[in-house]
Amino acid sequence: MSVKVRIPTPLQPLTDHQPELEASGETLREVLANLEERYPGIRERLYDDGGTLRRFVNVYVNDEDIRFLKGEDTALSDGDEISIVPAIAGGGPACG
Amino acid sequence: MTASNCYTTGLRCQECGRDYPAKAVYSCEYCFGPLEVTYDYDRIRRVMSADTIASRPQNLWRYRELLPIAGEPAHGLNSGFTPLVRADNLARELGVQDLYLKDDSVNRPTLSYKDRVVPVALSRAIELGFDTVGCASTGNLANAVAAHAAVAGLRAVIFIPAGLELGKVLGTLVYGPSLISVKGTYDEVNRLCTEIAAKYPWAFVNVNLRPYYTEGAKTCAFEIAEQLGWRAPEHVVLPVAGGTLLPKVWKGFRELHELGLIPELPSRLYAAQPEGCSPVVDAIREGTDIIRPVRSPQTIALSLAIGNPADGYYVLKAVSESGGYGDIASDQEIIEGIRLLARTEGIFTETAGGVTIAVLKKLIDSGRIPRDESIVACVTGNGLKTTEPMSGRLGEALTIEPSLASFEDRAGKLLELAAA
Repeated sequence: MSVKVRIPTPLQPLTDHQPELEASGETLREVLANLEERYPGIRERLYDDGGTLRRFVNVYVNDEDIRFLKGEDTALSDGDEISIVPAIAGGGPACG
Repeated sequence: MTASNCYTTGLRCQECGRDYPAKAVYSCEYCFGPLEVTYDYDRIRRVMSADTIASRPQNLWRYRELLPIAGEPAHGLNSGFTPLVRADNLARELGVQDLYLKDDSVNRPTLSYKDRVVPVALSRAIELGFDTVGCASTGNLANAVAAHAAVAGLRAVIFIPAGLELGKVLGTLVYGPSLISVKGTYDEVNRLCTEIAAKYPWAFVNVNLRPYYTEGAKTCAFEIAEQLGWRAPEHVVLPVAGGTLLPKVWKGFRELHELGLIPELPSRLYAAQPEGCSPVVDAIREGTDIIRPVRSPQTIALSLAIGNPADGYYVLKAVSESGGYGDIASDQEIIEGIRLLARTEGIFTETAGGVTIAVLKKLIDSGRIPRDESIVACVTGNGLKTTEPMSGRLGEALTIEPSLASFEDRAGKLLELAAA
């Protein structure tokens, strides 16, 4: 599968300043591994020491949060668009 | 922040521990974790005592060494230090012995706990050179930013999800900000604000000024401890939306303990969320550290309708470290909680407060909170702002003609008047 991946600004120094890349893989996990092969260093920014995606990195497949899909096991189709987005300060607290 | 009366040492990533200067940055460049203010506690210990605090005006700045500003407090001088109400009537009703309410429904000037976080954020915004402030809000924060910005002479650009209660919309517009209603959920509003904050040189109090803003919530803990005679209560029940208040109340108690201002730290913290938007309490009850966002919150507690809480992980951490728990309240239970608080203690709280009272009751009934230990419930907002869901649920006024005959005819049975 060939998919499109949007890279957030803080990671673009690792991707020769490209904001958008083509990558390949059957699942999200494989796509992120594919990115690491081509742009070493990206993995440690996205994963913690225990090998899980960092809590404040959000990943979307076609604008859907992967936490609503199958996480890293989410299967991909040709042409899917993946966005890596630093989790934002997502909320106004107790009474917003 | 180098002034001698400034005790802030900088910002630190809560995830990976990397340090940053105290500027308008809020997330770690390396791991994207949220940043938090750090302090020089050794210096603070030398200057901050119960006596120095007691000598200061009764506002949120009486704990200024533990708040992240460089200069002298100049904004929100009449905010904070809200009543800690001993709630004997409610205690009797719930079958407990030692119950207090931290009543931020009468915080000044906008009647919610946001009056303690916004002055801190705006003070820091001015120190960092901003002339425009903003926020993403479900209403209370909008009210507070609009009011405090108006007084401080700052331009305010405020973003809310469409469909908020009229009281919260008018209670923002009256201060004259630019108010922008976004056709989407709060989480979508917040995401938009993050993009806007990256493009325009504005200080969004709960986005790029979030590290400073959230520190203001510690004053809730400082006040509770001081008002109890410098001790921490054994149980504290708090509403959870984005997740600022609960972790910062925990941080506040820990700081007081670290500084020796309270002898012990027995407090357990409990999270209250509405059924229909309870991502944090779900994680607590399932014993997982993964928070699954709620895509379409469904609750009358609109101020708690945040499906993707920014600081939800830190709520889990604080609840876990303190040995607390969490529970949820249905719409019906929220209304009952509001009515219970009103008829026992005379406090009309908003829907979020109804969630807190309903969850307090459940935690007592289920035995999670023992009946003979000290309890504080935080009432964070005012019911006059969220009247819509109450409408039709409280009965209605009896309408009569302006005559004694009509009064006795219509009201006689209701009031059990003796026949004349």
